[in-house]
Amino acid sequence: MSAQHRQGSSRHAGRAAIGAVAYAVTVFLLLPTLVIMPMSVGPERYLRFPPNGFSLRWYAEYFGDADWINATLFSLEIGVVTTIAATVVGTMLALALVRGRLPGKGLVELLVIGPVIVPHIALAVAMFLVFEQLRLTGTLLGFAMAHTILALPFVVFTVLAALYRFDADLERAALSCGAGPLRTFRHVTLPLIAPGVVSAALFAFIISFDEAVVSFFISNLDRKTLPRKMFEDIDYNVSPTLAAVATMLTLLTIVALVGSHLIKSRLDRRTRTATD
Amino acid sequence: MLQPADLSSRSIGIEIDGLVKRFGAVKAVDSVSLAVEPGEFLALLGPSGSGKTTILMAIAGFEYPDEGRIRVGGEDITWVPPSRRNLGMVFQKYTLFPHMSVLENIAFPLKMRGVGRAEREERARAALSTVRLDGYGERKPSQLSGGQQQRVAIARAIVYKPRVLLMDEPLSALDKNLREEMQIETKHLQREIGVTVVFVTHDQTEALTMADRVAVLDHGRLQQIGSPHDLYETPRTAFVAGFIGETNFCAGRTLCAGVAGQRISVALACGHAVEALAVGALAEGVPVKIAIRPERLSLVEAGGGLPARVEEAIYAGNATTLLLATPSGQTLRLRVPAGGAGGSPAIGEAVGLSWRAEDARAFGDAA
Amino acid sequence: MSARPARWLLGGRHYSEVASLALAAPFLILAFVAFILPLGSLLHESLFLPAPTLAHYERAVTEPVYLRVMLRTLRIAASVTVLTLLLAWPLAWLMARSSGLKLAILVASVLLPLWTSVLVRTYAWMVLLQKNGVINQLLMGAGITSEPLRLLYTEGAVVLAMSHVLLPFMVLPIFSALRGIPDDYSRAAQMLGASEWATFREVIFPLSLPGVTSGCLMVFLLALGFFVTPALIGGPQQMMIATLVSQQVREMLDWSFAGALVGVLLAFVLLIAILFKRAVRLDRFVGSA
Repeated sequence: MSAQHRQGSSRHAGRAAIGAVAYAVTVFLLLPTLVIMPMSVGPERYLRFPPNGFSLRWYAEYFGDADWINATLFSLEIGVVTTIAATVVGTMLALALVRGRLPGKGLVELLVIGPVIVPHIALAVAMFLVFEQLRLTGTLLGFAMAHTILALPFVVFTVLAALYRFDADLERAALSCGAGPLRTFRHVTLPLIAPGVVSAALFAFIISFDEAVVSFFISNLDRKTLPRKMFEDIDYNVSPTLAAVATMLTLLTIVALVGSHLIKSRLDRRTRTATD
Repeated sequence: MLQPADLSSRSIGIEIDGLVKRFGAVKAVDSVSLAVEPGEFLALLGPSGSGKTTILMAIAGFEYPDEGRIRVGGEDITWVPPSRRNLGMVFQKYTLFPHMSVLENIAFPLKMRGVGRAEREERARAALSTVRLDGYGERKPSQLSGGQQQRVAIARAIVYKPRVLLMDEPLSALDKNLREEMQIETKHLQREIGVTVVFVTHDQTEALTMADRVAVLDHGRLQQIGSPHDLYETPRTAFVAGFIGETNFCAGRTLCAGVAGQRISVALACGHAVEALAVGALAEGVPVKIAIRPERLSLVEAGGGLPARVEEAIYAGNATTLLLATPSGQTLRLRVPAGGAGGSPAIGEAVGLSWRAEDARAFGDAA
Repeated sequence: MSARPARWLLGGRHYSEVASLALAAPFLILAFVAFILPLGSLLHESLFLPAPTLAHYERAVTEPVYLRVMLRTLRIAASVTVLTLLLAWPLAWLMARSSGLKLAILVASVLLPLWTSVLVRTYAWMVLLQKNGVINQLLMGAGITSEPLRLLYTEGAVVLAMSHVLLPFMVLPIFSALRGIPDDYSRAAQMLGASEWATFREVIFPLSLPGVTSGCLMVFLLALGFFVTPALIGGPQQMMIATLVSQQVREMLDWSFAGALVGVLLAFVLLIAILFKRAVRLDRFVGSA
């Protein structure tokens, strides 16, 4: 813009400085995880940057190690169960909060936020205490319950936001057409909040799959999750296998984020044409 | 320059000279030149995309023009940043800072000019009083009604005695009754303090009500500038005729040549010949549009004038509007004031239409 | 046909009390088993074992060893909050002024770390900071230092890595607050004679404060109870309260004392959350994700 030459640059120096800091911060945010990626394909036992060679040795090590694979499979299993449980339970609760007449609503809302406000270490130790007595440590049920309670706030808030966004008159219209509440939910409400529910489900999975603190305490020697296994490995020996695992997890996160964005924008488009 | 000017010497004019602003390939403002007289209330009127807001933003300093000059009081301010132009501005909405009280909002421009705390408060209270909101100073903007908020915005824009007050559709967010009230109130205030005002609006009634002169814009071009009376009575383009007030347009072809202002005969599509004043020189046999106001049409006995049939009668209290179908399939609107002699014709009735030649204007293609 | 829906339309809502309770029931059961019962049992251990006593709490807040851990926890949480605020504000500001692809890239740069495993990010910092790590390699390569510096297991490393992990929680609420400020505010300010700096100081920054408060609270609360990063990156000298709790449970098997420590932590967290109840807007994080 010609205005900028004529005015001199002093007026824009402040903005340029803030902008420069901002870009530096994005580098700070991204660099550590991205640096790991090239290092994970180095051939040496010692991680270096840049790597002096290319080798998939550490990936082979991961896939060849039953401990790693078992932990990964167990985490996946927990993640799937948690996703289903958190999405269903969370959506039901969100509906009750918005469309229902729930006694003690304030208290219920407080319970939903609870797991976010209460530090995970407190919950983890408390669950360790109780789950040990209930013989739930190291079990799928124990992990699924723990992760569901942690992922629920995010599901509830996402679905609540989706419910508030759409016009409740659409539901009233369906009800006045003679559809019962169930059919109204099935044919009107669910399709409209679907984008919110899908992204909530995805985030519930990521929360469960990455959850480290509670898993650290309620795992046992036979059954541990991937984060727990990583924790042990980081603590005892910083081996390059970890770099391979970290790289794969980062790539998985990228895929999940891009996927959620695509699914969401597609569903958004569909519901938009449906409501127009 | 930031020192507040003396109240009496505040009337300052604006000259806009050959203003061009492009957004990509689109010319938002296309060679607009106009002058605002000191102390004048000028409305920039046009539909959305006409360039009226861009012109205002260029005067304010939020858009820098691609070509042209803007002078305020003879001083070229084309490249001066907004904060140093010492102009006042009232926006459509979101103008009051929500984290400051009403009084702090009004005192804000004085604070920016280094005015001491005591004087700031005194002058802010005086400005609040000017807009008849004494006692509201300690409230937060969110505790005021829409009309009160805009009055505070005006107080804040005049408290530092700016040379010119710019207003960007300041009343469009208000509901109809309040808007009409505020139009008159704003006009009063402007006359009282004598500040030069440039007022952007898309509402022609608002422009006619408030402005000393109106500049009509379309597609970035200045169509006409003049008093509300001039624009209504002698529009220079078909666009102005259509945009200001209500107008019937009939397509036709000239039966004779004529110079500007001359009475000419025009054959309508149905073959009927009518008379109108030529706007600009017109050759014989060229297509024209005839514009005529609904209240200038009159009914005559069937068989006389332009034949038509009554399709609908719309009663609006002070007048009745008749929708009349002509043989060429066009619908014309005719307004009969309430209390006139004789009743309205029945729906379906055949009537004749006539008008005085000086009330109809024939626009050639160029206009 | 018309009578049935009307029954469900009481007060503009669709579900009756019974139906609402039925919808909420699975959550309530889960919340009891996995939230109320565990925390209740742990606090019970700290207060009633072997008999009703405050001895465990007294020990937690009077013994210098533990007091030091708590003070260090507060200090680290405060440092992390300040550092993330300084880093987050400019980024949030840039995001609020961007659109299209540029905004998408900036948002991705915040969301990717947010949703990447804390362990991955902590591990990355360990690799960077270790004795023969990338940073030491770079420093020595550039001739700034002649021998590797001890970067890992220092309080600085803990603050740095925790700031990295918690930064998105600061960026998102500030971004959301800045995004909500209409352009007309800064235009109005400039029109009224405010310079760019004055516009920032008087208008933009004050209007971003709700986001700043919300971000600071979130980061501070999360930092207070943070476990993974300090446990791995901090050495025994940098022990924070979460690591201490873990040690009591796993090594000392002292549940009562661990319960008391958790009780102190909870009291602190709840106090802050109640004081700033309105500022903790959780939906902000989810909404922008």
